[in-house]
Amino acid sequence: MPPHPQTWLKTTPSGLFCEPGGFFIDPTRPVDRAVISHAHADHARPGHADVLATAGTLAVMRTRMGAERAGGQQQELPYGERLTVNGVAVTLVPAGHVLGSAQIVLDYEGSRAVISGDYKRQPDPTCAAFQPVPCDVFVTEATFGLPVFRHPPATAEIHRLLASVDLFPARTHVVGCYALGKCQRVIAVLRQCGYDKPIYLHGAHVAVCNTYRALGVELGELRPATVAAKADLQGAIVLAPPSAIADRWARRLEDPVVCMASGWMRIRQRAKAGGVELPLIISDHADWDDLLRTIREVGAPEIWVTHGAEEALIHAATRLQIRARALSLVGYGDEDAA
Amino acid sequence: MKAFAELLERLVFAPGRNTKISLLRAYFSTRPDPERGLALAAIAGALDFPGAKAAALKQLAETRADPELFALSYDFVGDLAETIALIWPAAPTTAAAPELPEIVAALRAAKKDQILPLIAGWLDASDASSRFAIVKLITGGGGLRVGASLRLAKLALAEMALLDVNEIEEIWHGLEPPYLDLFAWLEGRAPRPDAAAKPVFRPVMLAHPIEAKDLAALDWSAHRAEWKWDGIRVQLVGTATERRLYTRTADDISAAFPEIVAAMNFRAVLDGELLVIRDGAVAPFGDLQQRLNRKTVSAALRAEFPVAVRLYDILFDGEDDVRGLPFDTRRARLETFLRREQPARMDLSPLIAFAAADELAALRDGAREAAIEGLMIKRADSPYLAGRPKGFWWKWKREPLSIDAVLMYAQRGHGKRSSFYSDYTFGVWNEAGELVPVGKAYSGYTDSELNFIDRWIRNHTTARFGPVREVEKSLVFEVGFDAAQRSGRHKSGVALRFPRILRLRPDKPAAEADHLATVQAFIT
Repeated sequence: MPPHPQTWLKTTPSGLFCEPGGFFIDPTRPVDRAVISHAHADHARPGHADVLATAGTLAVMRTRMGAERAGGQQQELPYGERLTVNGVAVTLVPAGHVLGSAQIVLDYEGSRAVISGDYKRQPDPTCAAFQPVPCDVFVTEATFGLPVFRHPPATAEIHRLLASVDLFPARTHVVGCYALGKCQRVIAVLRQCGYDKPIYLHGAHVAVCNTYRALGVELGELRPATVAAKADLQGAIVLAPPSAIADRWARRLEDPVVCMASGWMRIRQRAKAGGVELPLIISDHADWDDLLRTIREVGAPEIWVTHGAEEALIHAATRLQIRARALSLVGYGDEDAA
Repeated sequence: MKAFAELLERLVFAPGRNTKISLLRAYFSTRPDPERGLALAAIAGALDFPGAKAAALKQLAETRADPELFALSYDFVGDLAETIALIWPAAPTTAAAPELPEIVAALRAAKKDQILPLIAGWLDASDASSRFAIVKLITGGGGLRVGASLRLAKLALAEMALLDVNEIEEIWHGLEPPYLDLFAWLEGRAPRPDAAAKPVFRPVMLAHPIEAKDLAALDWSAHRAEWKWDGIRVQLVGTATERRLYTRTADDISAAFPEIVAAMNFRAVLDGELLVIRDGAVAPFGDLQQRLNRKTVSAALRAEFPVAVRLYDILFDGEDDVRGLPFDTRRARLETFLRREQPARMDLSPLIAFAAADELAALRDGAREAAIEGLMIKRADSPYLAGRPKGFWWKWKREPLSIDAVLMYAQRGHGKRSSFYSDYTFGVWNEAGELVPVGKAYSGYTDSELNFIDRWIRNHTTARFGPVREVEKSLVFEVGFDAAQRSGRHKSGVALRFPRILRLRPDKPAAEADHLATVQAFIT
């Protein structure tokens, strides 16, 4: 009988550890061997000796933390290729979260665990789509693990943004979004919806956009917002980090309409408390329906729930006759909580 | 419903008045009748559906969602209407999403046991933001509380038709949902709806603050003076069959002040100040506040806070529109009217005799009675004009009281101020040597002072509580206010009326700021 994944996957203070393989998954502190699901800062930390990840993840890690801090030895593993480490087969499968993001599929002595990292099921022109992998244990996030979270199609939200630009042509629409993933997705969906004017960027967003382009993602004409004249930004769309949109940085903008692209925008009070005038429900995480759909599709008899609203998802999984438990991983969900 | 839902969504988040007006205007000028009129009625709180209450809707939602998941979600979201709207599962339905007029008509026609199934069908056929609008519409009752007042809606309508908003105010209370005649008039398709004989509100005449140059230029022999009372401005409208009490912004507050309405045994439109008066003495504004914002009022509250109206002008005397007559003539009509009618709970705001401007100035500074804010100066020949016309009426407020207080907490403002820490909580020292908050100020500073304070706050933050920053207790403001009153809400036990920043005192050590006893001494 194959060993249950709980006998060979352990939670430690540094994160999830694959004992026979001798490597950590998304460790929270520097380790000898790390497999990284994606490049968000709460999953990809600097200073590991050996790092295994997709080419996209490694490229973004190098952009954000510098080539040396991204890992002493950086080994690329393309999607779908199998690499055996001390008897554990590692395969990276697209997670649909951001460019390069991967589910980590581990096969050991006939038993399979899938650590999905962060994932979404909605289409995203900037990254490969999630693929469900049948397994014995499915490790899932639960960022939006309540039935009130249902994300509408991103194109519908972008059409709301464009309608607002038409309604307030003299104002600048500043969209708060995370620098990695959300920013590029918002740009790509704007292009998909036919918006072909230049899009202006806060300085913090420029580097990752350049990395995306170098990896072949089309983003159209991008200009720095920081050097643009106030008048040029009238009627324009500016993307900036969430911390900047209602703070001093935004004073350079002409009567800004403060927008925020995040799954949390589904909750009015969240949006209002943040001073947001136009909330856009665009998320790189699975919503409630997609969490349940994914759990059904992978067909695992058991799920482990990491960061987010574990309680509700465990309740719902149990009602589907799936064994579910919380896997408390300290330190996740800090950066891209949207 | 989609357009109305989108409007509500934008109004909730719109930071500024002008943005809200633009949104309302775009809605009213593009949506068809009767939808837009029903939307206007919803904003006005003029729609009521007694058969559908929040608790019943919660039970309805629990038939569609696991109760445990509902409880966890409600706990997270915090608002019942929103939780229901968000948790309602997508249902395969071929029914078209309902439109606003259809919902209103069906709810009005439905029998009690038909209501919940109807609502369930609509929620099935709608998206989340429409579901929110439907639940709000049904449970809203006295208004939607979505961040847009009826006044803003009227301003939007006025903008749309290039009219003065007062033209709408003057007929508003004679209109009924869905306001087809109003929209027809606004779009030039019909004459102005006739409001004669209905107890409608007439736009009030407002005063300008007087400045030194105005004072110097005034011909005092051609002006009259009255006290400026610290109550709320009201308009009393009595017709042959109906009586109304309005605020100066045309809100109908008749139900909250039944004793005034009972005393309006006359046909006239009068202008005056609503005050709490006990044994002939006007009580502080805080007493009147106990009576405001209530839909109904108990006998006990009426006895504890007895109200009266101090009258200062007359707009209609019987059927006669006297607004075009000079002030002196109207005043004589008002005096004659009061002698003749002798209504209970009403008296005349006296004219103040004076020979020269400096005599008035002395009277103004000497008036420390809490209920007096200063003086009103009115030109003897001024007609009664809507709005705030220049050169007829002046308000001459007495100098504010002031204290030196220490900045304790700051919060960012909204709209154009959303990047600035512009809302300040300040405090004074109590006997134990602690700072206790006595009020909040949002105004009174110049742009450059705001820049200075904003920077200072960012550099002296000691703690954060959500959007609030606690700062080092070392920046002193001179804070002006109109009056101090007792308050159970503040730890200090006092609250200031209309506090504003008069000056920054970065030179002054915090230890030398005022003590609570100084503030308490201002309580009247």
